[in-house]
Amino acid sequence: MTTPSILDKIQSAAGNDGRHGQLISELFSVFLVVTLVFYFLVFAFLLWAIFRRRRGDSREQPLRAILAGWVGLIALGLAGLTTASWVFDRRLARADSGPALEIEVIARQWWWDVRYADNDAHRVFRTANELHLPVGVPARITLRSSDVIHSFWIPNLAGKQDMIPGRENDLSLLPLREGVYRAQCAEFCGLQHARMALDVTVESPAAFAAWRAAQLRPAAAPAAGPAQAGQAIVTGRQCASCHAIAGTPASGQVAPDLTHFASRRTIAAGTLPMSRANIAAWITDPQTPKPGNNMPRVPLSPAELDAVTAYLETLR
Amino acid sequence: MSSPFRAEAIMLALLALAGCHRETRDYRSDAMKAAERGAAFEDNAFHIAQGQRLYAWMNCAGCHAHGGGGMGPPLMDDEWRYGGRMEQIAATILDGRPNGMPSFRRRVTEDQAWQLAAFVRALSAQPRQDALPGRADEPRNTEPMTLDERKPIRPVTAKSDDASEE
Repeated sequence: MTTPSILDKIQSAAGNDGRHGQLISELFSVFLVVTLVFYFLVFAFLLWAIFRRRRGDSREQPLRAILAGWVGLIALGLAGLTTASWVFDRRLARADSGPALEIEVIARQWWWDVRYADNDAHRVFRTANELHLPVGVPARITLRSSDVIHSFWIPNLAGKQDMIPGRENDLSLLPLREGVYRAQCAEFCGLQHARMALDVTVESPAAFAAWRAAQLRPAAAPAAGPAQAGQAIVTGRQCASCHAIAGTPASGQVAPDLTHFASRRTIAAGTLPMSRANIAAWITDPQTPKPGNNMPRVPLSPAELDAVTAYLETLR
Repeated sequence: MSSPFRAEAIMLALLALAGCHRETRDYRSDAMKAAERGAAFEDNAFHIAQGQRLYAWMNCAGCHAHGGGGMGPPLMDDEWRYGGRMEQIAATILDGRPNGMPSFRRRVTEDQAWQLAAFVRALSAQPRQDALPGRADEPRNTEPMTLDERKPIRPVTAKSDDASEE
């Protein structure tokens, strides 16, 4: 295989990069070993029954001792698995305890609305389709949905949890290794279910603090050039009805927050890689790369499109 | 299968296929005449559903409630101050009307205005019945007034008064 190693790790259901995924993986191994032992035992008895030589007299021998032993062995196995489940359940609960980073994720058709909570209202911010987590720090994620049932799943870190409209679910994560992971909506949610990816970055606490500080800054107003014209269009036209950009009048709440749009790796929940050409392509006609999504085609002249693209590129 | 029945079987299969017509979804409408556009948007379940989404997103409920009206006129009856045809409702949304209806021309795209118009018509059950949403996103305890049977406000004669008692 010539695949780069990052591709092998970016989305792996083995779940070895988070504490919760690791514990579940260990418990799975315990179950696998115990059930395999019993599987081979049953096979051994079956083979013995097939190849056993028939004795002269056809009377069945009473197998009381063996039967009692077999039942005892099964009871022992089941008791062992029950104990293992209980022990791992306690270990999972312990991994959740302690102060945690509070994050709220709202699933929408077909993107992720992410809010980092804080006791200080000035330190609350909103981003979209990306999740940054400090390594070794527990994160408690509140899961909601605004339209249909979605499911939150970062395979590398933990199991999945459904997001149900009108209901609040939660999930705890404890990332153990730095890296970039791909999360994916895991419950069929409509036309663009497959293009509903979440870009997860696990980084050192220092890098996370720097990212968080950058996210808290409002968007800088461009001083001149097409970017300034673009800002006027974005904040004065249809864009601002749905999108918010901190530091400008644009304050729509139903579409991805664009304050630091150009710092993300992808456009439209993993649909296109972030680049000037792709920003322009997306705005020109959002229905070609992701048919059925809720962003309309806003009629813009070529000069306006150029200005809007230039402005969005400054949103770092 | 014996040959006399094969023809019937094929006919039945073709008949079943005829039921497979699927409503098309237009994610962007190209330039159409207003009347054609009205028909294309009004009888299309996708556009009505998108209109319902936009009705919440653009806070239409702030004045019109969920059709029953408030600060703005109700939308679930069949009385229209500025005309109840698709193109008239779309024009109301895009350009606004006197006494409070704001212009949404720079807030929504034209396609979205048509989707909203389709949903506004759906509030009074005007589009084709099979295109109407099966349920509203918001709780609602009354049927569209157009589906109610009109009852005389005041009995015409004493006799008809007795007859209407149930």
